[in-house]
Amino acid sequence: METMRKERIDRGVRVRASGLYAISSWREMLYLMGPPLALIIGVILLPVILELAPYWKRVINIMCVYALLALSFDFLANYVGLVCLGGAFFVGVGGYLSAIFNVYLHFPVYLSIPLATICGAFICTFLLMPCLPLRGVYFAIVTLMYPLLATRVIEALDILGGTNGITGLDSLPNEYVEHYAIILMTLFFLYAMRRFVNQDVGLVIRGVKDNDQAVKASGISVTKMKAFAVCIAAFMGCFGGAYMSHMYMWSGLSMFALDFSIIPMASVVIGGGGTLLGAIIGSFILVPLSEVLRNFGTFRIVIYCALLTGFIVFKSEGIMVYAMRKYHQFERWVKV
Amino acid sequence: MSEEIILSVQGISKTFGGLKALADVGFDITRGEVYGIIGPNGSGKTTLINCITGFIKPNSGRVLFKEKDITGWQPHKIAHIGISRTFQIMRPYYSLPAYKNLIVPLWSPRAKTTGGWRGGGKHGDRDTVAVDILEEIGFERDSRVPYKLASTLPTGYQKRLELARCMAMRPEIIFCDEVFSGLSMSEIAGMLPLIEKMKSEGITLIMIEHRLRELFRVADRVMALNFGEKIAEGESSVVIENKKVKEAYLGSEEV
Amino acid sequence: MDEIVKEEIEGNVEIIIYGIINSIILSLMALGFTLVYSIARVPNFAHGALYITTGYITWILLNKLTGFPYPLAIAIAICVTAVIGALIYRFILIRVRGMEISEIIATYAIGLAILEGLRWGGLRGGTFTLPPFISGSVQLFGVSVDYQRLLIVGIGIVTFACLYLFTHFNRVGLALRGIAQDERAAMMLGIDSDMTAIVSLAIGSGLAGFAAILLLPLGNIIVEVGYNVLIFAIAVCVIGGLGSWGGTILASFIIGFAQILTEAFLSTHYQMVVALFAIIITLLIKPSGIFGKQKELEERV
Repeated sequence: METMRKERIDRGVRVRASGLYAISSWREMLYLMGPPLALIIGVILLPVILELAPYWKRVINIMCVYALLALSFDFLANYVGLVCLGGAFFVGVGGYLSAIFNVYLHFPVYLSIPLATICGAFICTFLLMPCLPLRGVYFAIVTLMYPLLATRVIEALDILGGTNGITGLDSLPNEYVEHYAIILMTLFFLYAMRRFVNQDVGLVIRGVKDNDQAVKASGISVTKMKAFAVCIAAFMGCFGGAYMSHMYMWSGLSMFALDFSIIPMASVVIGGGGTLLGAIIGSFILVPLSEVLRNFGTFRIVIYCALLTGFIVFKSEGIMVYAMRKYHQFERWVKV
Repeated sequence: MSEEIILSVQGISKTFGGLKALADVGFDITRGEVYGIIGPNGSGKTTLINCITGFIKPNSGRVLFKEKDITGWQPHKIAHIGISRTFQIMRPYYSLPAYKNLIVPLWSPRAKTTGGWRGGGKHGDRDTVAVDILEEIGFERDSRVPYKLASTLPTGYQKRLELARCMAMRPEIIFCDEVFSGLSMSEIAGMLPLIEKMKSEGITLIMIEHRLRELFRVADRVMALNFGEKIAEGESSVVIENKKVKEAYLGSEEV
Repeated sequence: MDEIVKEEIEGNVEIIIYGIINSIILSLMALGFTLVYSIARVPNFAHGALYITTGYITWILLNKLTGFPYPLAIAIAICVTAVIGALIYRFILIRVRGMEISEIIATYAIGLAILEGLRWGGLRGGTFTLPPFISGSVQLFGVSVDYQRLLIVGIGIVTFACLYLFTHFNRVGLALRGIAQDERAAMMLGIDSDMTAIVSLAIGSGLAGFAAILLLPLGNIIVEVGYNVLIFAIAVCVIGGLGSWGGTILASFIIGFAQILTEAFLSTHYQMVVALFAIIITLLIKPSGIFGKQKELEERV
């Protein structure tokens, strides 16, 4: 019997575009620049386009918040090797801090969000510091505990508004500021992170994931590097939280909700781990989907989980890697 | 050769559960010498290195580096003061090209102080230094080897990469954990001059080895371990004639 | 958990008696999780979901089919849960074996899906309860303890004993232990590692169900209990050292008494806080747990 094998070959245009010739013709330029530009312009124009369907405008913000969280999860999991199941902790800390700054200390919005982000990042890093020597399952378990612990402590001590949360935060000045604040931050973080992981510092952090022993033997403190990485991830998460508390003009226990841990994780798995862009794409698919499924109540979580499990088991590379392959290469069957 | 004692190990003991991995092992090393540690499998050679370089905390004993007590320090601090090591199981940063593997040691605080990395701080400088170091260690600069992914390198080059990672730190002592094992004769022949060169640069080398013949060509002194105990020490020709060493390698029913 | 010990606790005898009961309850909750981790090396985050599933199935059998015998319902529910556990391994975990993170995410996702699915399917409110095996209570050293709790202590101890005998004197049990100690060596001796993993997941899930049957009569069947059981199981296992049996029992006594003490001197709100803090503190002091056999650095260098 004749056996066939699938062969993958780079497209001609990719080969041409990878060298100096990239700038020689419009076609190659378009090939290289097209997808990123489409993404950037598409996302930036989204609020304008959605004037037609105002209901969906709020979804943009939530979508971007989740995109940031997914970015932070992807960075920690696939570049540092720390699987943080407690993304909600970052959100909660950011949200509550921003509420404290705004409601109790009467800081204006444009001060409370950045302050909450920065302070939140440091606080989260400080609190997670003890867990950093842990690896694999242990780190995942402990980080899973953090948001739960925070919820129970707030409940038990009845501080920060207890179960009612803190209400009466200022909203952002107007709708467009609200949209563009988060959209631009998301894009900024996406490209900043993509750049960062290829810098020298980024390489050291990736080294920690590949082989922490060798990093230690190179005279670099692994814990310090991990703390640095967590700080960056927490920065993104806290910004999301701080922003969201102002968007809802409220900060409460649901800031520590499971959603903020599970949806970003699902986004990363679906979008493609380790690509950073995949995290964004994943959440741009999942969040609108969850909006569509709003009427199903908690059944939404069942659907995410099914999707998540399905992708992990059957298509662990994720959409992004798959799409990249299709874009850059073509496949054909050849005789062996 | 000066007679300054650079590293002094005193009475190191380590037990894992009930198993005695190291029992009261001690030795002194003078600056610039090549010191070999031999012994059959499971005799505690790697454990000894781990204890000295801080990857394991010994139960008792002291490690003095230039008369400073460094026992129980964290590995990165020990690396920082100039004690470098290779790993028996090579695990380079697989997802990076070979020369990018050296970014990590070149980024370390030590490299900045020792001038291992002399760049002014612009991005890209470390890359050039990295390729220089790789060339020194035997990667042909003009070939594509330094730019290949670390995971695709043959064993010989991976071993060299381990050494290069140490060299990038400009250390004073290098512990080599079985750098010859798994290599072909010709690959070893390529490595020996490298060892000689490092020695001539004044680096103190401590080599754990199974390939005794190759080791004896470079080593000034040798220590033999068996069941975690030091059974012999001295010139290589003396050690190899030692009765206990023969027993350890060949079994006690030796004629 | 709040429901389990409702009474105001005063006096040392009461603390001791309820501490023991609470500890046994905790160790029963954690038993399945430990078993699965120690043998299949899978952190089964669907543990809490399986726990609730068993309770729910029993409830359905009892309440939707009139006159269904209680023991039979229990047996069916436990078997179904065991089969679910085995299927989870056979069709999902087997494909992500060895990738720790994927295992966690997959089991966690399955657990969430089951729990939230049940909530969506109508498992809400306080109407879902299982009847106790024997009602009534008895005075023990002047403390009133109901029969169900006494039964739990008794059955708990018998279960530990049975498991000990099973893993030390039974062929299958020995194979399970073999895999737990060194998977490769066991495989070379002709033990099918996937099969044992399936068996261990089935037994582990069955144990989760067994614990559910014993413990759920003390409270309501609600989804939150599923999450709490998972957290307690993890807490106990992490503190005792993942995969260590002795550690599990010791850790459940530590947490059990700590909880009863906080309840006696602080308030019930802090029960969960104590468990969570205990985890974090243990991991800081001794990351591999009290009896942890986690391979330390030595093996990897």
